[in-house]
Amino acid sequence: MRSLQQYLDLYDSRREIIDSGSAAAINALRPEARKALEGKQLPDRGTEGFEKTSIKDMFSPDYGMNLTRLTMSCDIAAAFKCGVPNVSTLLAVVVNDRFVPTSTLLNNLPAGVTVMSLAQAARQYPEEISRHYGSVADLKSAGTALNTMLVQDGVYIHVGRGVRLERPIQIVTLSSSPVPTLTARRMLVVAEQGADFSILLCDHSMNSGIRSLTSQVIEVTAGEDSHIDICDIEETNASQYRYSQIYVRQHDRSNVAIGGMTLHNGSTRNEYRVDITGEGCECHLDGMAIGSGTQHIDNSSDVRHAACHSKSDQLFKYVLDDRATGAFEGSIVVEPGARFTEACQTDRNILASRGARMHTKPQLLIYNDDVKCSHGATTGQLDDRALFYMQSRGIPREEARTMLMQAFMTEIVDTVRVEAVRDRLRHLVERRLAGYDAHCSDCGVTTH
Amino acid sequence: MERENDNDILDDVTGGEYKYGFTSDIDTDKIAHGLSEEVVRLISAKKGEPQWLLDFRLKAFRHWLTLNPPAWAHLNIPDIDFQAISYYAAPRVKESPKSLDEVDPELLRTFDRLGIPLEEQKQLSGMAVDAVMDSVSVKTTHREKLAELGIVFCSFSEAVREHPELVQRYLGKVVSYKDNFYAALNSAVFSDGSFVYIPKGVRCPMELSTYFRINASGTGQFERTLIVADDDAYVSYLEGCTAPMRDENQLHAAIVEIIVEDRAEVKYSTVQNWWAGDAEGRGGVYNFVTKRGLCRGVDSKLSWTQVETGSAITWKYPSCVLAGRGARGEFYSVAVTRHHQQADTGTKMIHLAPDTTSTIVSKGISAGYSENSYRGLVKVAPEASGCRNYTQCDSLLLGSHCGAHTFPYVDIMNDTAVVEHEATTSKISEDQLFYCNQRGIPTEEAVGLIVNGYAKEVMNKLPMEFAVEAQRLLAITLEGSVG
Repeated sequence: MRSLQQYLDLYDSRREIIDSGSAAAINALRPEARKALEGKQLPDRGTEGFEKTSIKDMFSPDYGMNLTRLTMSCDIAAAFKCGVPNVSTLLAVVVNDRFVPTSTLLNNLPAGVTVMSLAQAARQYPEEISRHYGSVADLKSAGTALNTMLVQDGVYIHVGRGVRLERPIQIVTLSSSPVPTLTARRMLVVAEQGADFSILLCDHSMNSGIRSLTSQVIEVTAGEDSHIDICDIEETNASQYRYSQIYVRQHDRSNVAIGGMTLHNGSTRNEYRVDITGEGCECHLDGMAIGSGTQHIDNSSDVRHAACHSKSDQLFKYVLDDRATGAFEGSIVVEPGARFTEACQTDRNILASRGARMHTKPQLLIYNDDVKCSHGATTGQLDDRALFYMQSRGIPREEARTMLMQAFMTEIVDTVRVEAVRDRLRHLVERRLAGYDAHCSDCGVTTH
Repeated sequence: MERENDNDILDDVTGGEYKYGFTSDIDTDKIAHGLSEEVVRLISAKKGEPQWLLDFRLKAFRHWLTLNPPAWAHLNIPDIDFQAISYYAAPRVKESPKSLDEVDPELLRTFDRLGIPLEEQKQLSGMAVDAVMDSVSVKTTHREKLAELGIVFCSFSEAVREHPELVQRYLGKVVSYKDNFYAALNSAVFSDGSFVYIPKGVRCPMELSTYFRINASGTGQFERTLIVADDDAYVSYLEGCTAPMRDENQLHAAIVEIIVEDRAEVKYSTVQNWWAGDAEGRGGVYNFVTKRGLCRGVDSKLSWTQVETGSAITWKYPSCVLAGRGARGEFYSVAVTRHHQQADTGTKMIHLAPDTTSTIVSKGISAGYSENSYRGLVKVAPEASGCRNYTQCDSLLLGSHCGAHTFPYVDIMNDTAVVEHEATTSKISEDQLFYCNQRGIPTEEAVGLIVNGYAKEVMNKLPMEFAVEAQRLLAITLEGSVG
């Protein structure tokens, strides 16, 4: 009970401070979110769909919130020297929820593209933000309502009609705080008709040994004929808790690919909700989780087909070592009117040690007979014969294991459509599985 | 083919009315509606039960009071007034009949219409029938033959009287009265059921069979079945149901407990065809059943086969707890829903011991406005190495207003387990229909043919005597007049 109540009390008593650190268009939704939480509880492990991750426990410690918007000291230049090899990205850094643009971003943004602080955008373009903010996210989810009630800032990405972006937009999110902190962060992504771009999200943490929690809600509106790629890579550390919710609404003939990659983390719950409301859409949802130590990774996907002639596929793969725990719950819903839908979902998992745990729940809810739907799930281990084959040719067992795991994950790496991002991810996965500390090769951000 | 026409045929094919709808007038001994501690004591007293069983019932009843009906299933269950149900109904039989002549002729006619081989000539078909009408066993056949082998096959009340030590040893050991809402309810008020004990090394020479029927109006039926297969024993047990047509909903909350010892094997087959309500979804039986087997012996084996065509709402998960090394669990299911029927059914395979294996094959067929869900759990405990599971669940949709859903839960806590799950959902393909039409098979027959072929994998697992009936049932259910 206290878990949620402490935030409701905080909101009720500090409403003015929260409002003053944000903008009118964002503040406008708070009362509705507050109302949605009335009499509610955060989901715990007794809630269907949250069997392995208790959101209630995640939020129950006494976290502080940076409501007065103190600037956290963070030498970004020294800390972060990330570059995607062979391509320069349009880079912006978000420290907790504070948006910090880089010079490459400011100097290279083409016409028709906006990448800026959400609060600032709400002040500059209040009508536009009011129209999109909260239009895709679902306040019925307690996590989203909580985020909406408390969030002050985040990122706004808008790509205008017919604009095609060559460079990926890279958003690096850094958690930085000397005390246990809850960060509520919001991203709003709007693709107008025919827009074509990709986003790379890199989630890092500067806090080592200080428990902190991030609540992140991303709303994506994919306009007609738009083409969006989002690759979300989490490389935080063991003291980080993350509750990420991505909501996507697809209009006619839009094509959206989302990849959620968890390489290093503490405890993570990622939720993906895709509403296919337009005809002829395509949706690709992929996820990778590499867990060791006591990492906990829970992915939950919900793809809803409400219109005809749409395709969706999902592929999630886990490799769990040591005492890592993984959970995957995926559902495909085909509404009565969504004829000629093709939807498939695959979940493949490898348990690499005795202590690792995997919980899988792939679901199909079909209300229509003109569909082709399937799902498959397997949990197993590395192929002994393949290991033997490699060992008999002189490859040490450990190395052979690493190679097989890398090969297993290649399928996910290959789903990333932007070549530069794909290469970078492959490199990160290889290093991760080879046991290196996860920080990116050129990056000063350490993860342990 | 035009779509409209296609739908008409599907409606025709899937719209057949319930063939076994009738009620028989038998003098029934019924106690007043409602449930309280007094009613539990009354049931126990009427059955002349020993104190330990009454204590068991009371414990269950007190626990039941603390529970709420489960709401997690993909079902729309109307509120059930548990005080409006009569918890005991028994055909008024003064003494146990010694021969068929003494049995109420009306009852025999009922059984005749159901096709139960209770008469002498039908006994030759090799089945021993423990016919349960409402709650109390009326007649048991083949008793002597089974007794020679030391096999106990009798009604639950009889087992309580004659083999109290066996019942006391095994009752509630697999499905605890604390297990769930309906299990607690059943444990408190169960009326009768069957008891089977197969001694060490005995292979039961015939299929054991019971027919459960719900008869008296407004009575819930709370069956309790307990099957124990001792070391190296084998038994195949059949359960089949047809219920008379009724206007009000009837609640059925049964418990089946099975214990399988070292190297023993139990095969449990069900054909369930209770009244499913009329075409508008009025009435029908609520079938909320807890079935579970404990394979606690080394290399023990338990196989569930079910053909579910009836009931307005089905909530049923026959499960295997694989606690003995090398134990094997199997689950084969065909579930057909039509009109406004709802089914949330599946299995649980709980691997607790090393080298245990399980197979799940589930075929769902939905038509009309029905909702058909598969819900299953495969769990591998940390100490259970070398486990293997294969799950396949397919759904077939006939018509565009029905729903087919799959909710598999896979919980793996051991790195040596190999677990596979596959599911597909589709409708009958135009290609297949076209192929049949082209060869002169009318569409209606073709649908029946394709559905039967689709369910074959499960049907083949049924014992011979049952497979015929099950196929007939599937035909009646799906092919309307064709059956």
